[in-house]
Amino acid sequence: MPNLQRTRRIENAKSSLIVIALVAIVLIILSQMNFAFVGKYKHFYIQGTINTIVLAFFAVIFGVIFGVVISLMRISNSQVLKIVSASYVEFIRGTPLLVQLYIIYYGLPMLGIRFFDIRLPLIGTIPGDFIAGIVTLSINSAAYVSEIIRAGIQAVDKGQMEASRSLGLTYATSMRYVIFPQALKNILPALGNEFIVVIKESSIVSVIGIADLMYKADTVRTNTFQPFEPLIFAALIYFILTFGLSKLLGIIEKRMKISDSSS
Amino acid sequence: MIQVRDLYKQFGKNEVLKGINLDIKQGEVVVIIGPSGSGKSTLLRCLNLIEMPTSGDIFFQGQSILDKKTNINKVREQIGMVFQQFNLFPHMTVLDNITFAPRKLLKLSKEEAYQLAVKLLKKINLEQKIDAYPSSLSGGQKQRIAIVRALAMNPKVMLFDEPTSALDPEMVGEVLAVMKQLALEGMTMVVVTHEMGFAREVGSRVLFMDEGQIIEEGTPQEIFTNPKHPRTREFLSKVL
Repeated sequence: MPNLQRTRRIENAKSSLIVIALVAIVLIILSQMNFAFVGKYKHFYIQGTINTIVLAFFAVIFGVIFGVVISLMRISNSQVLKIVSASYVEFIRGTPLLVQLYIIYYGLPMLGIRFFDIRLPLIGTIPGDFIAGIVTLSINSAAYVSEIIRAGIQAVDKGQMEASRSLGLTYATSMRYVIFPQALKNILPALGNEFIVVIKESSIVSVIGIADLMYKADTVRTNTFQPFEPLIFAALIYFILTFGLSKLLGIIEKRMKISDSSS
Repeated sequence: MIQVRDLYKQFGKNEVLKGINLDIKQGEVVVIIGPSGSGKSTLLRCLNLIEMPTSGDIFFQGQSILDKKTNINKVREQIGMVFQQFNLFPHMTVLDNITFAPRKLLKLSKEEAYQLAVKLLKKINLEQKIDAYPSSLSGGQKQRIAIVRALAMNPKVMLFDEPTSALDPEMVGEVLAVMKQLALEGMTMVVVTHEMGFAREVGSRVLFMDEGQIIEEGTPQEIFTNPKHPRTREFLSKVL
């Protein structure tokens, strides 16, 4: 349908124009500010950005792994597993991330559980504080991820499971080959959102002294006696990270849709 | 082949089946008719335990399928089922839809499975659709493929749960034709349907159900030309 494509292209052009206009306005405002500190402190921002990315990356990986486990517990037939997983999700969703961070960072060592430095190839040494941050963010994210996965699985028509079981296939086989591939299409967009949330929320670990982007921006603020501009610059970097990720996910989604319609 | 004894099923406080007794012999085509909400679909779905009965017992080839020691998956391999909403797997091609279960359960090789699919698709004149996805098929084609998917496991009984109710009228015929062919080949069939013409022509026995009970049963001729029970009469006067 060339007509549809054409209107779409015009729409795209329109929205790009609006974005460009907005960017121009922002640039004008920014030109009133003093960003001279960036040159001197760029290493702060680079190191902070790398730390934020590493933090978010591991939080997302472990968040998804835990999240899958919890969602499977949630949809299982065992009442015990259901109650355990539901309580977990409710507790994590019902308490602030900051409280969870303090509980894990200050609380666990009091119970004798300490976080040690971990040495990894390519990435280098990850300090213990950092591990506490990753653990907190993973535990937090897992609750949300599990809800996303549960909703995605339950959105698949019940008849699919019935048809698969009626052929004599086991619950596990049906889940793996029939339900899960279909659920994935419901899950991926929401999961992408969750990744973006993790990048942003990871900034909270700066309060326990993890040298992420937010922490570094704070350091620059105190060093330069400029209260505002270092934060704007950090915000810009956060935005580039999240916006880039959301565009990337958009491309992946589109790819999946194309492979879907040609099928 | 299948014996149902004193079967009850409740959904919460709602009693859907109230003491069903039924014997299905090899080669029979049992057609279940009745008003909606009469429990016909629930009864059918209990026969392969897609729905769990509240009490009573069901025997398949002399073995209780409600017995804890019975492997229900093994029983289901021998009972094919066709659904109102087709329930084809949308992310698989027609080939994969048909061969998924035989490959997993009967351990067919890729080549054997392919040959099986071709053979079955030829039967319903859809061999050109072997690489198509369900979304590109019409309702009638989907349902015929769903029938063939169930047949691929070489079942001993086929259950049909209102197989033509979700179809456009002009597609009903092609699905009924496949079912009729199947009946002629001697397949044991249990069919829940509103297609009275099919019941009369193909059915070896017709059950009339209402309010969770089998009200009347007999040959199509008995039921359709000389119904004994007033409720059967009333129902037939509305649908014929």
